[in-house]
Amino acid sequence: MTPRERDYVAGLCATLAGLNVETERGYLLETRLGALARREGYGSVSELARAVRDRGEERLIWAVVEAMAPAQTAFFRDPEVFARIGDELEALAARGTVRVWSAACGSGQEIYSIAMLLEERGVDGVELFASDIAERLLEKARTGLYNPFEAQQGLSARRLVRHFANSDDSFILDPEIRRQVKWRRLNLMDAAPGVGSFDLILCRHVLGSLLPQARDRVIANLSVALRPGGRLVLGVKETLSGASGLVPVPGAPGVFEVPVGVRAAA
Amino acid sequence: MKTCLVVDDSRVIRKVARRILEDLGFQVAEAGDGADALAFCRSTMPEAILLDWHMPVMAGPEFLKRLRLEPGGEEPRVIFCSGETQVERIREVLESGADEFIMKPFDAEIMVGKLCAAGLA
Repeated sequence: MTPRERDYVAGLCATLAGLNVETERGYLLETRLGALARREGYGSVSELARAVRDRGEERLIWAVVEAMAPAQTAFFRDPEVFARIGDELEALAARGTVRVWSAACGSGQEIYSIAMLLEERGVDGVELFASDIAERLLEKARTGLYNPFEAQQGLSARRLVRHFANSDDSFILDPEIRRQVKWRRLNLMDAAPGVGSFDLILCRHVLGSLLPQARDRVIANLSVALRPGGRLVLGVKETLSGASGLVPVPGAPGVFEVPVGVRAAA
Repeated sequence: MKTCLVVDDSRVIRKVARRILEDLGFQVAEAGDGADALAFCRSTMPEAILLDWHMPVMAGPEFLKRLRLEPGGEEPRVIFCSGETQVERIREVLESGADEFIMKPFDAEIMVGKLCAAGLA
């Protein structure tokens, strides 16, 4: 890719999804867009970039942006986080219906980890919602199909045999668990009317890939969807500025909450 | 330093596993089949065993059964490492005393995750 092509792609990603694409890391662009170029029948990433620029086809533009967006690829990433979430959801579910949102869910490993955890603990009454900017990843997530390599990322063998069955060369998640998740394509940069309010929103390892202004916007969009006392779970090393209206939860790195009796600032 | 016995009839797999395990701070011993592995365990019981399924002389499941009957044989964490991908067969070895299961091919990240799941890292 030429520097100009890289700048063009970075500009698209910044405008449409607030993504901070570092143009000096050319290999990252080549790697992420290489697979897309092959799928779309282009001989090189440069050819793909030129086609996007010259044709202005919306589908292709979004395919490029989606390919550059970060994606979760492991089940139970940071197991201690899931152990805590399991305890919290169990306590909340005993008092009424609980809603959880996996924002930027990628191919579904995060929300399915929660669904498995709830099944293992016999917890009912938790509504699971997951969104991503990439339709292609959502399609994969809905199928619940993972190849052996993916099925070993963070998933213990006991969980594999408990929740999955063989499906040709892959593993397919129990349909009862798959059915519990509602999916929707969402750009976190946009307000998300109609998603409702949540007790727990997970947006882990996403903010670091956004431009500063986009980060503030995403946090604001997520914050308004939190119920009083609701919690936003970021990556364990991620943090928020005070302007969000959310406060850190002591002893839970990367977790922030709406103080009870307060509605988070939009 | 914890010892891990790598039991596999493939020299290549033993070498790959050795490199990953040594990087994680394990002392590594090797055996080419279940019978050799059992002889090793009778003299020095390791903390961990990475065990192939299909091997000449004595296969992985048979070794596991015999290991668990040895004095101290309940102690090692046993992680199967095999090309077997049938859920029912994986369940069988877990029920007969294996602690974890790695499907080949694997990489260092997967092995670290499985060692953690087995309480070894």
